[in-house]
Amino acid sequence: MMNLNTGFWHELWISIDDLAIGTGIALSVSALAIIMGTILGLLIGLALTYGNIVLRTLARIYVDVIRGIPVLVLILTFFYVLTIWGINLKPFQAGVLSLGVFSAAHVAEMTRGGLQNLNKGQTEAAKALGLSFRQTFLSVLMPQALRQILPTWINTVIETVKGSTLVSIIGVVEITLVTQQIIARNFLTMKFYAVCALIYFCIGFSIERAGKYVEKKIAIK
Amino acid sequence: MSNKVLEISNLHKAFGELQVLKGVDLSLNKGEAVSIIGSSGSGKTTLLRCVNLLEEFQGGSIKIDGKTIGYNEVNGKRKRLSNKEITHDRALTGMVFQSFNLFPHLTAAENITLALKKVQRKSKSEALEIAHHWLGKVGLPDRGSSYPGQLSGGQQQRVAIARAIAMNPLIMLFDEVTSALDPELINEVLDVIKTLAGEGMTMLIVTHEMRFAYEVSKKVIFMNEGVIAVEGTPEDVFKNSDHERLKAFLSSTKF
Amino acid sequence: MKDYQYNWDVIWRSVNDLLYGLWLDVYMAFVSVLAGSLIGLVVAFALVSKQGLIRKSAQVYVTMIRNIPLMIIVLFIYFGLPDAGLVFGEIQSFVFALTIYAGAYIAEVFRGGLVAMPKGLTEAGLALGLSNTKINIFVKIPLLIRSVMPALSNNYISLFKDASIAAVIAIPELTFQTRRINLETFKTIEAWSSATVIYVITCFIIAFLLRRVEKRVAVPK
Repeated sequence: MMNLNTGFWHELWISIDDLAIGTGIALSVSALAIIMGTILGLLIGLALTYGNIVLRTLARIYVDVIRGIPVLVLILTFFYVLTIWGINLKPFQAGVLSLGVFSAAHVAEMTRGGLQNLNKGQTEAAKALGLSFRQTFLSVLMPQALRQILPTWINTVIETVKGSTLVSIIGVVEITLVTQQIIARNFLTMKFYAVCALIYFCIGFSIERAGKYVEKKIAIK
Repeated sequence: MSNKVLEISNLHKAFGELQVLKGVDLSLNKGEAVSIIGSSGSGKTTLLRCVNLLEEFQGGSIKIDGKTIGYNEVNGKRKRLSNKEITHDRALTGMVFQSFNLFPHLTAAENITLALKKVQRKSKSEALEIAHHWLGKVGLPDRGSSYPGQLSGGQQQRVAIARAIAMNPLIMLFDEVTSALDPELINEVLDVIKTLAGEGMTMLIVTHEMRFAYEVSKKVIFMNEGVIAVEGTPEDVFKNSDHERLKAFLSSTKF
Repeated sequence: MKDYQYNWDVIWRSVNDLLYGLWLDVYMAFVSVLAGSLIGLVVAFALVSKQGLIRKSAQVYVTMIRNIPLMIIVLFIYFGLPDAGLVFGEIQSFVFALTIYAGAYIAEVFRGGLVAMPKGLTEAGLALGLSNTKINIFVKIPLLIRSVMPALSNNYISLFKDASIAAVIAIPELTFQTRRINLETFKTIEAWSSATVIYVITCFIIAFLLRRVEKRVAVPK
């Protein structure tokens, strides 16, 4: 009769490379999605804040629809619908795309909030000094808004990492799927899901800490 | 050859349905310090903010050093000048705000050099020199690398004055600059303004500090309900006026 | 895209299933949010407690759960706990998981509200002769709930969307039904656009209702 305890540690040891690769995939998906989402989100956020009525409406529809559906639905939609349109996305790409679109909606909303929350006096002082809109935006508004947004953005990063679990459903071999494959082999279900949870916890916790550190460093004194 | 640095003619401004300025005529000569007093809602702050086009106006004209700002009459039709031109004309004036509006993420010196570099295209070293010169003049020679959050209210406002005046404007506009300060910090700011007036800076001052207005101004204007009700020397306005509303206003301010 | 034949009939035929799925989502979310709010309230007080052990335990709970994806918690409870002899049905497992998950997030919201409460309240209560507990129950909690309602509303809507994760353990909620229709009929556009519309409208309705409640209980200004 196998001593389950040593069995677990042994199993963990032989699975470590798979778990590591899975973690790498999860982090890659998340990182790419965040990059895409942040850039796209900033642009949409700018459209929301400064755009004309057409841009603002389009941006608003985008944000409200994306934020009105669960991430899982978004992921599955991207994966299945795009095939119909002849775009055969590999699971990894579909995952990045859907998570990117998802995080963009959040980034857009927080950008709008950050910019609109800025004290009106800042724009007035810049205007009074003769600064153009572009100069005001780059030198006065954005630096302050970014500091405001940072905590929320870190949150979105963590949510995206957590969202990357869901891409296991479309077949991306990240942490969750790897864990399930390991469990299929050794039936140590509870223990390995615990390991899986632990890995996510470590990732999220580190991101949180890193975020707090950066927050402190760039804080306005 | 006009010495008039500011000419406001028949200025009309409304916020939606509410008429706030109902035909204001005002002129400033070079080197004059003019104070505007009046109760809230009289239109004094709005008037000031029209001069650097932080507020749009619907009727009348404003000329700074002969140049019409904000709107042009083209073939009898009133047309707004381009944003580019308006932005450019704003540098003709300098404004100091009630709530300072310093840029909190920049040091005192950086607050001053920002527009010098971006608008007047001064080099970094030139801008820094100018910044330090004016920081010295407002009594803060060694606070250049402090952030607004590290300065007291009076210090922040003095930095704000330095920031505006470093741009070498033709007119300085002061919008109730001491109203948000603790009493003991008011004098350090007023002293700076008095010094600048003494050195010949043309300025338009909206203020509640009656004694200060009496001491520093060449001319005092009392606004009431969107028009200039009384205009004259400090003596005329503060001591010798028969105007009912003005007398009521002055007695409520314990001048 | 050329040869795609639209067939909305497949949606109309499955309307019952879709609505049943929606109902399941609402039901599970409602129960979890209710239980989670109670847990969150208690944990929030623990988070600001002066007693180190209580505070630290609460912090561990919140930090852990907020960094672990909901899906993993669900898989752990449904597939993993049986290893330890704890077997729950699908819906039970999911509601259990979502409750624990909700509790952590709601605790944070309440904690924020507690911290932002004017300190003078406690002192005024004490000066009147009220005990600390009475102050908590009759003064702080009512005020707390009113002041954090906006943030709470946001969380509630998120948690409703998270109910879609129940699809992962084959609970026939809306996302699961949509996927089934998709796989059976290959009418991906109809399926997923229907799901999108249903989710967006439902979220909108929930947000609207919550705003109504907010307005009614808001502290008059």
